[in-house]
Amino acid sequence: MIINHPHLGPRDASEFTILGDASLINRPDWQAGDADDAFYTYQYLRDNPAGLHRELWFHEQGDRSWLVVTRDTVTHAVIAVALASDVAKAAKTKTAQKTAPKKVATQKTATKKTAAKKTVDKKTAAKKAAAKRNAI
Amino acid sequence: MRYSIWSLINQALTGNRNWTPVWREPEPKSHYDIVIVGGGGHGLATAFYLASRYGMKNIAVLEKGWIGSGNIGRNTTIVRSNYLLDGNEPFYEQSLQLWEGLEQDINYNAMMSQRGIINLYHSDAQRDSYVRRGNAMRLHGADAELLNQDQLRRLCPFLDYENARFPIMGGLLQKRAGTARHDAVAWGYARAADQRGVDIIQNCDVTDFLIKDGVCTGVETSKGTIRAGKIGVAVAGSTSRVMAKAGLRLPIESHVLQAFVTEGLKPVIPGVITFGAGHFYISQSDKGGLVFGGDIDGYNSYAQRGNLPVFEDVCEGGMAIMPMIGRARMLRNWGGIMDMSMDGSPIIDKTPIDHLYLNAGWCYGGFKATPASGLCFAHLLARDEPHKVATKLRLDRFRRGAMLDERGAGAQPNLH
Amino acid sequence: MSAASLSQKNRITGGLVDRNQPLGFRFDGQHYTGFAGDTLASALLANNVRLVGRSFKYHRPRGILTAGSEEPNALVTIGDGAYQDPNSRATTAQLFEGMTAKSQTKMGLLSFDLMAVNDFLSPLLGAGFYYKTFMWPAAFWEKIYEPIIRKAAGLGSLSGLADPDQYDKGYLHCDLLVIGSGPSGLMAALAAAKSGLQIIFADEDFCLGGRLNAERQEIDSMESAAFAESCLAQLAAMDNVRILSKTTIFGAFDHGCYGALERVNEHNANGSIRQIFWHIRSQRCILAAGATERPIAFSNNDRPGVMLAGAVRTYVNRFGVAPGKRVAIFTNNDDGWATAQDLHAAGVEVTAIIDSRTDIAKTPPTGVPTVLGGQIVNTTGRLGLRSVTLNNGTHIPADCLAVSGGWSPTVHLTCHQRGRPVWRDAIAGFVPGDNLPDGMIVTGAANGVMTLASCLQNGLKAGQQAAHDLGFKPATIKPPRAADESFAIQPFWHVKGSDKKAFVDFQNDVGVKDIKQSHREGFQSVEHLKRYTTLGMATDQGKIANIPGLAILADISGKTIAETGTTIFRPPYTPVPIAAFAGRSRGKNFRPTRLTPSHKWASAEGAVFVETGAWLRAQWYPKTGETEWRQSVDREVLATRASVGICDVTTLGKIDIQGRDAAAFLNHVYANGFAKLPIGKTRYGLMLREDGMVMDDGTTARLGETHYVMTTTTANAVGVFRHLEFCRQCLWPELDVQLISITEQYAQYAVAGPNARRLLEKLIDSGEDISNEAFPFMACGEISICGGVKARLFRISFSGELAFEIAVPSRYGDAMVRALMTAGEEFGVTPYGTEALGVMRIEKGHVAGNELNGQTTARQMGLGRMVSQSKDSIGLVLSRRAELVRDDDYELIGLKPVDSDQPLIAGSHFIGIGTSTVAENDEGWVTSIAYSPHLKSAIGLGYIRRGNSRHGDIVRAVNLLGGQDIKVELCSPHFIDPEGTRLHG
Repeated sequence: MIINHPHLGPRDASEFTILGDASLINRPDWQAGDADDAFYTYQYLRDNPAGLHRELWFHEQGDRSWLVVTRDTVTHAVIAVALASDVAKAAKTKTAQKTAPKKVATQKTATKKTAAKKTVDKKTAAKKAAAKRNAI
Repeated sequence: MRYSIWSLINQALTGNRNWTPVWREPEPKSHYDIVIVGGGGHGLATAFYLASRYGMKNIAVLEKGWIGSGNIGRNTTIVRSNYLLDGNEPFYEQSLQLWEGLEQDINYNAMMSQRGIINLYHSDAQRDSYVRRGNAMRLHGADAELLNQDQLRRLCPFLDYENARFPIMGGLLQKRAGTARHDAVAWGYARAADQRGVDIIQNCDVTDFLIKDGVCTGVETSKGTIRAGKIGVAVAGSTSRVMAKAGLRLPIESHVLQAFVTEGLKPVIPGVITFGAGHFYISQSDKGGLVFGGDIDGYNSYAQRGNLPVFEDVCEGGMAIMPMIGRARMLRNWGGIMDMSMDGSPIIDKTPIDHLYLNAGWCYGGFKATPASGLCFAHLLARDEPHKVATKLRLDRFRRGAMLDERGAGAQPNLH
Repeated sequence: MSAASLSQKNRITGGLVDRNQPLGFRFDGQHYTGFAGDTLASALLANNVRLVGRSFKYHRPRGILTAGSEEPNALVTIGDGAYQDPNSRATTAQLFEGMTAKSQTKMGLLSFDLMAVNDFLSPLLGAGFYYKTFMWPAAFWEKIYEPIIRKAAGLGSLSGLADPDQYDKGYLHCDLLVIGSGPSGLMAALAAAKSGLQIIFADEDFCLGGRLNAERQEIDSMESAAFAESCLAQLAAMDNVRILSKTTIFGAFDHGCYGALERVNEHNANGSIRQIFWHIRSQRCILAAGATERPIAFSNNDRPGVMLAGAVRTYVNRFGVAPGKRVAIFTNNDDGWATAQDLHAAGVEVTAIIDSRTDIAKTPPTGVPTVLGGQIVNTTGRLGLRSVTLNNGTHIPADCLAVSGGWSPTVHLTCHQRGRPVWRDAIAGFVPGDNLPDGMIVTGAANGVMTLASCLQNGLKAGQQAAHDLGFKPATIKPPRAADESFAIQPFWHVKGSDKKAFVDFQNDVGVKDIKQSHREGFQSVEHLKRYTTLGMATDQGKIANIPGLAILADISGKTIAETGTTIFRPPYTPVPIAAFAGRSRGKNFRPTRLTPSHKWASAEGAVFVETGAWLRAQWYPKTGETEWRQSVDREVLATRASVGICDVTTLGKIDIQGRDAAAFLNHVYANGFAKLPIGKTRYGLMLREDGMVMDDGTTARLGETHYVMTTTTANAVGVFRHLEFCRQCLWPELDVQLISITEQYAQYAVAGPNARRLLEKLIDSGEDISNEAFPFMACGEISICGGVKARLFRISFSGELAFEIAVPSRYGDAMVRALMTAGEEFGVTPYGTEALGVMRIEKGHVAGNELNGQTTARQMGLGRMVSQSKDSIGLVLSRRAELVRDDDYELIGLKPVDSDQPLIAGSHFIGIGTSTVAENDEGWVTSIAYSPHLKSAIGLGYIRRGNSRHGDIVRAVNLLGGQDIKVELCSPHFIDPEGTRLHG
């Protein structure tokens, strides 16, 4: 596979190490009342879609930047690549004052849309999931 | 029809014209006591043990495609019980014991062949961890022997003892381990289950679960609504996709594992051999092909195919320990989708939804587990309590902190 | 005519072989002569050798069926000793002087195979027979049945010796990859190349031109072979074209990556480069792989002499070889008639054209009898074809039968990314579907275009399209003139009522009867058919058998072929040696080796080295007279504790951490507090994974206001650095902190023992003070040594002695260790290796890899109190989970054998005295052991339930693998100087 690195252009996937689901960026608040539950969910539960998936790749044999790669798990097509630090900063400011920088925001919504198209009942599943989560 | 040398001769004399179908092709009924979703090895084995050992009747197995079309039909056929942890070893040893009597159990020759498995060690620390593991196996009633280099040389003279980058110092041997003919396992269980009245329904895609007030009462399928007292899901590789229909998020990721087979060759590899300082394991099929594999590609995938870096990594591992296979030609490569769990161990448990049961998270150890997985899932479905060798394979173990992490790799599926 | 020609009974005129270059070779010990340009197959045919092998199951005599890589029968072993190459296709093996080949799959003589008895037992050995028997008695499978089956199965043999040849890997990038050098491939390459694209032009054959060399056709009033030659000359002259002959593109992978195998010297490399495995990255790919001819199934359709019609033409036209003296033709399409023309033109007798079709008007060559609506129901000839029998009862003499069941487009690469081909009635074959790999264009016969003129035009278009797609101006080329010969076909798969020994998969001996039986037994999916009968699982992966096989299945089950579908096409297109994928990564070069700056010095000292990850580290330094490793290690330990020792600790991970928020960052990644570490101080740090398990430990020193240096264990250096970058970029991107690995920038040495300070004081420059007051335990700082070299000094100790670690830029590493040794002479300084290091850390109860294995918690290690509850650090929350804070958890303890003469075995399990040795009584295990020369006893560390409260208890340490069962006393893990007075000395 080829990952189009925001700084370095197209790089062979073998230069990278893969961590997995990009939701690992959204680490919960350790002091929140439901911290135990939030950290369990954060660390162990996955959407694992057949379709668009946002995942963390580390350019270990390169410039050591962590990337958020949006990739189709059925075709392996890479849809978008962003610097994880940008995504993380955006997420933090978002939670801070509910408005994220344009670039990342558009990428995120774009992802959501296509993802919704891809996996049929993903949305409803997610909704039900929210309800069920605590039960597991 | 019972299989035996006599049935063969009898058929031969009549031009093999009177063989009967190995399983029926029934239309689904509107209601079953138990519906198993997934006509792979685990699903079929579950149905067989439900019928044969738990006296259950009125069971159906629903398969999206053709039975055995999942990982039971695309693996490296290795059977072993060389695990470390208390939560795993008794389960896999139970499985190995079922393998040992399987042919007689199901009257089908799955060619279970106990030619042994050797895990090579390349350092003192690795030897120490194998001693710990071997003792855990022995304490649980399994067999294990530690081989020093001389003993290993006698069994495997072809290994590269002189020039290996990571010296081959010895190995952990389990003699009762081996291989089995993977497809035959699915067909054998299907035939035996069918003979006990189980409806095996192929090309039947489950599109949704019927769930009301937290209770599952059946499934919607491409062949209509099927109601059931209990529903057991055994669809490793597709677990997340299927269970999402029930609104569940699970500690599982789907990854592609590739495997390889060479052209047929005269016998050259005695049993199963695994590399301890790289990703490579190999055995030789009865047909003569060298069957080998290594690590998963590492990225989430549902594509059932992988990429070249793994071809190279695996073949480098092979050449590193047995350069005599260099001129053997890789004939075919394939990829299967693994349920990679968060600690590398499986899940056989109830779900938060009543009457809906889950069998999942087999990573790439699913084939060897087939009989015990079937037995324990059958036990859970029949008795509503875990089988005694599966008490630790629970869905809530991550919340409790009772992980079964054989590798100590932590909550990262692509490291297990 | 030369003597060489005379000796070749079936050699006729014409072809592309060089009659001035005779080549001698051996087959089954017999000497023969062929010509340069021959394959082994064409040379054997020229010498009238028809029987070349035996089939896999029934051991039926088999001859050459094809002229390409799809050959199922003519598999031979080429070469001897370590060079022996089993299962080589005689049809692709390029003949060379001195080639030696042997037939396979036989017991005894090829002409009298003892295993041929299977042929008579064949009714017993039908599809899946082995699933139905060999089950009683159970014990017999491994001991009796299976060994017999295994011995009988398999094709050729490996030598059992290491492959002596070399293999290379390479990476190529281009605009366009053209696969196949037939008419459409050639035109595509010309069009694209003349448009200015960088192209790679690959073909598996050693002689490019594809069917143009195998047919006798006219293009631009040139013979087709001559036309191919002229096109190739043009391509060869362009510097934007790279031609790869003998190169198979075996797989199409993600994002325009293609796997290629170049057979530089397939069978006569003699230790030099045999093959090159290329990764080809291409923007576009034109697949012009042509098509594969298929046979027709009828009784005894497998006798030596039965050959595909296209192959017959190849041998006549390309190699100047007559596959027989009297050739009959059986066809369901017009192609068979072309065969008759070519044979006739070459002066070979054609005894009949048998066409399964009735309503066709074709004129045969003069004097050739034709049978329309004819079908062959049987053949005669034990070791070689003698005659064929028709449905009308007539016998037609023939020593060669040319069969054509039509052609199947070679769609394999179009399916490697799970694309599925679609059925096209017009050509009775599957053509590529619409979901092709990105950037792939399929042209010519591979795309179902079956005539010469249209292939030429089609290829031209494809080349121009590729140019256009990539933004080049497509070159305008006049399509060459060629006859558009007719290609009419009427599907005909097998002769009804002629099922006995009617083979579909020749190599695996799968016949019509097996397909019928498997269908009868319920194996009705095409995948079930394949897996139950092994149809298409032979070395040709069904290139010949799959389409006829599923056509017959469709016929039986009353479905259409389209409904029946195909099995999945998987890489590689043709088999690739394992060694080619490994390239040079084998033996000592399997993985890179990392050496520390003082490695040369250590070797000179006679050090014994050990692999530690990618590193080589000194394990111990034997002195003359020391016959056994323990002597050296004991000496090193005693000397260090008595005076001073030196250990190379360069391999520890070192990470330079800088920035205004460095302290805050460290406070997040370490479980213990790091917010208030003063400048000039070092602190032990415990690092958890987010799941609460211990990840790694080490020390971090604060060199300045915003500057820290962290050390990690050797094993986890890479993982920890990756993890820290994750924390920095993904979790706390707002922090001002930068990281860089300096593991390889600094050489580092531990100087340990009562005389450590006195030794170092001889090396530090004037003005530096490392007295206990100025530089106490856990102090750190930059220091000038040896007359101005900037070093970093840390007062930390793994050995438990008064100790320092000194780090200098790598370039000074060698000089540093030599300076330390010289300065230490007066104290009898002793270099010590990893074994002595291990002994001393066990004596001090420091955890290392065996205790810190990713499955253990801080509590279990006795470090639970270090995990600060008052700050947000990685792993804190999940480390509190119920199962991780159990009262009866495993806890680290020390242990000694009650009888100090007895050895301990790491990995032994703890079992209570007087209890039975079963899992229920398993209380823990021994993690590390060593012989302590101070306590004159073996000592060890281990985990046991409730260990902290059990010091003084006696339990058994049991190793069932070695038969040891010894009493051990549990104790504190700190065997030496528990108060740590030595550290502070």
